[in-house]
Amino acid sequence: MAVTSAPDAPAQAATRQIFMSQALHEALDEEMARDPNVFVMGEEVGIWGGAYNVTAGLLEKWGEARIIDTPISEAAIGGAAVGAAVTGCRPVAEFMYSDFMGIAMDQIVNQAAKNRYMFGGAAKLPITYRAPFGAGTGNAAQHTQSLEAWFAHVPGLKVVTCSSPHDAKGLLKSSIREDNVVVFFEHKAIYSMRGPVPEDEYTIPLGLADVKREGSDVSVVTYARQVHYALEAAEQLAGEGIDVEVVDVRTLYPLDVDTILASVNKTNHAVVVYEAARFGGFGAEIASQIQEHGFDDLDAPVLRVAGSHSPIPFSEPLEKGAIPDPERIAAAIRESLQGSR
Amino acid sequence: MYRTMRRIRRFEETAEVAYRAAKMRGALHFYIGEEASATGVCAALNEGDFITSTHRGHGHCIAKGARLDKMMAELYGRTTGYCGGKGGSMHIADVASGNLGANGIVGAGVPIAVGAALGSKLRNDGKVTVCFFGDAAGPTGAFHEGVNMGSVLNVPVVFVCENNQYGMATHTEYANAAPVGDRGPAYGMPSERIDGNDVFEVYARAKVAIDRARNGEGPTLIETITYRQKGHTIHDSKGYRDEEEIAKWIARDPIERFKRVALEAKALTDEDLQAIDDEVEEAITQAEEFAEASPWPTLDAIEQDVYV
Repeated sequence: MAVTSAPDAPAQAATRQIFMSQALHEALDEEMARDPNVFVMGEEVGIWGGAYNVTAGLLEKWGEARIIDTPISEAAIGGAAVGAAVTGCRPVAEFMYSDFMGIAMDQIVNQAAKNRYMFGGAAKLPITYRAPFGAGTGNAAQHTQSLEAWFAHVPGLKVVTCSSPHDAKGLLKSSIREDNVVVFFEHKAIYSMRGPVPEDEYTIPLGLADVKREGSDVSVVTYARQVHYALEAAEQLAGEGIDVEVVDVRTLYPLDVDTILASVNKTNHAVVVYEAARFGGFGAEIASQIQEHGFDDLDAPVLRVAGSHSPIPFSEPLEKGAIPDPERIAAAIRESLQGSR
Repeated sequence: MYRTMRRIRRFEETAEVAYRAAKMRGALHFYIGEEASATGVCAALNEGDFITSTHRGHGHCIAKGARLDKMMAELYGRTTGYCGGKGGSMHIADVASGNLGANGIVGAGVPIAVGAALGSKLRNDGKVTVCFFGDAAGPTGAFHEGVNMGSVLNVPVVFVCENNQYGMATHTEYANAAPVGDRGPAYGMPSERIDGNDVFEVYARAKVAIDRARNGEGPTLIETITYRQKGHTIHDSKGYRDEEEIAKWIARDPIERFKRVALEAKALTDEDLQAIDDEVEEAITQAEEFAEASPWPTLDAIEQDVYV
């Protein structure tokens, strides 16, 4: 895997290169130190250290009162977070794979997302649900889905993704401090990606997109792992004289529509990339926002590059073929620009 | 405890009349006949302890100390209701007083109660959470996951299954392969089945379980055996119960039983009871007047309070 990341930390700040999993670990550790109401619960978060090592060492440091290994009971994990949050805690509940959230959907969608509203604003639910998502790891159909659209569609939830160690740490810290319910998706294919992370403490506000590469010809709007594929496509196309801008939306809800529109206003072309099944995916919302609010800026239809309408298959060539890659993104960019250059 | 049971009974009877006069809409699930369960359990709680409730939640709410006027206003859909009119009968909550909410999803309160109790354990605040749920939650996954996790994490929670015999028209013995109150050993906790229409027994058994939880000795599962005298909702006219069965249970009505016992023991006089009835009646009238006089919410409220 390419060990690359956009230079998204200020050049003057002291940084080190760390894995995304370490960045997430630091976010949890620092927020636990900052606020005694923060605790972590989930399957294998303690002794095992998390399926992707994000919580490794936290049990030893914080003890079993605040790093809570649960039985395999996703509904109870989702619901216990609700009960703990509404009574004053700030739980970080981990689902080992986002695919398992189906078992907890009632607790997330009917309880966590709606309690505050149903109770007329009289409750506050500072919950962060962490969940690894995405394909590319050969884990087949029940451990690879990208279900972010399910959650972005539910009023009462905020939905966050991250594409670099820097963003992962800053966004997770903000998510934990949020007084709302945040579903925080981590793409499992980039846990072991390294990138610069400041030595000093920082946070990144939710609801802000980030331009990962500036360009003048076409806007690629995407998030999570596909940011890297979009950057690779941009490098390829630079050799053809095409200048690609890559917008990482980071937070799906609330969505930073202004940054997307500003980019399209500059490039007049938009390609939306997402790994989930194309039909009804979150990229459809992005495309719709662009055409509703930026129609006059467009020189071509908004194109989408997205996953196939299938479960994620196991076999490597099939899995690769089922999700976007730099070549397909580059092809869509060329198609978008066809006739207007 | 008589006052509380009477408040529940009269609140619901009054709501039914208002509903049939088209003053309110949506769902109303009556707790009439089950008042001893919420009343006995909540009497054994301390102020500040937590409860989770169900779609049949008026009784839990009142027994936990909710204001009748704010409850009635919520049923009327007015701004002065507990939820500003956004929740209605199935979602009344008073988080500040420890009532973590009624719940429209059967069984869903079980994991939430475990989480509240987990928070108490973390904070070491000495509070206990009582999780009320119906016998029809016995077959749900949330029940199993929640009760098991509560035991595994050894949190201060008491699970109170109110067996009112029916989940809509489905009899509890059809839906549950074994009674909920017999399942304690499966989850490593004591459990018992008790007379849910005897408020004294409910109080006594709940007290033991609540003290046990507060002392860090873990959860208990109690099944209060009772009966839903009314239909599933206000619109239930299905003939799945025979008159004989209903009559048998009305003869065991918890409020009438309380009166008989209290009068026989000369703990209370007819005059005492009448004085309480009068006081409750006045509160009910005030609640209804308050609700009727309260303003409707305006449309700007629709997207308010979705987020902090």
